[in-house]
Amino acid sequence: MTKIKSLADLKKMKSDLQSKIALREKSDTPEGRTLIKVAMATCGIASGSKQVMDFLVEELDKRNVDAIVTQTGCMGYCYAEPTIEVTVPGKDPVVFGYVDTKKADDIIEKYIKNGELLEGIIPVNYETIEKNK
Amino acid sequence: MKDLSLHILDIVQNSLSAGAQNIIITIDEDAVADRLNILIQDDGAGMAPDVLERVTDPYYTSRTTRKVGLGLPLFRQNAEMSGGSFTIDSQPSKGTVVKANFGYHHIDRQPLGDVPGVIMILVGSNPEKEFYYKHRINGKEYVFDTREAREALDGIPINEPSVIRYLKEMIRENLQELQENKK
Repeated sequence: MTKIKSLADLKKMKSDLQSKIALREKSDTPEGRTLIKVAMATCGIASGSKQVMDFLVEELDKRNVDAIVTQTGCMGYCYAEPTIEVTVPGKDPVVFGYVDTKKADDIIEKYIKNGELLEGIIPVNYETIEKNK
Repeated sequence: MKDLSLHILDIVQNSLSAGAQNIIITIDEDAVADRLNILIQDDGAGMAPDVLERVTDPYYTSRTTRKVGLGLPLFRQNAEMSGGSFTIDSQPSKGTVVKANFGYHHIDRQPLGDVPGVIMILVGSNPEKEFYYKHRINGKEYVFDTREAREALDGIPINEPSVIRYLKEMIRENLQELQENKK
């Protein structure tokens, strides 16, 4: 990675970034991108959700998996933190509990890339946090 | 919480749930004066005096998913444990200011942790919000402002994974420079 020390350096990377985005948009399947929400309330953060999030952002970019990683609040599964909600285009959202970097790696490789089901899914009848309100 | 950066990540969630649009995070380290101050300001919904009085009570929370709210009490406890102090001021519809002071050299003062990582998690997850982050180490300061970054990016989304990685690296480099300056 080129060293970036200032926003001026970032400006120089603009064409690289733009071509990367253009490339992705071309190869995009119509269903769109995978959405991953990392639960980041006090319970999640204290259990290591930051490490999981850092891992996901870094690895998905490196492995060229088109996904958006974002944060969400506490879903009430404090006992199973860190938890992440994964929505693969065209599928229902799934929540994984007790996620560490190893589990996150499995989720990328097996669930997101190959569609295999994994252990560690928490509730069976889950609705996203916004719907519960 | 293992370090202070995680507290910042946690406390800013409160600002975000309060609907803040602008969040200012200031960290001021002064080894000579033996203090480390963390200031988090937002323009969110704010709190009425009766709520404000209860926020550092661990059995108070505004959420409905669980019955405890430990974010602010833990932050307060860790500040006070290092011989520091903790204050929170808020005005309805104006915003909230959380101020935590730590004893810099105190043995119970947690390490600062990965602040650039935390800032970029916040920026990447909330691309529509504005963050202003100022870090002062022994008088020398570095400022990261999402408004400036957005201008430099000129249309490229700030939450683009590669952009997040570049910006995180940029903040890290600049902090390192501040650290080296003190020697």
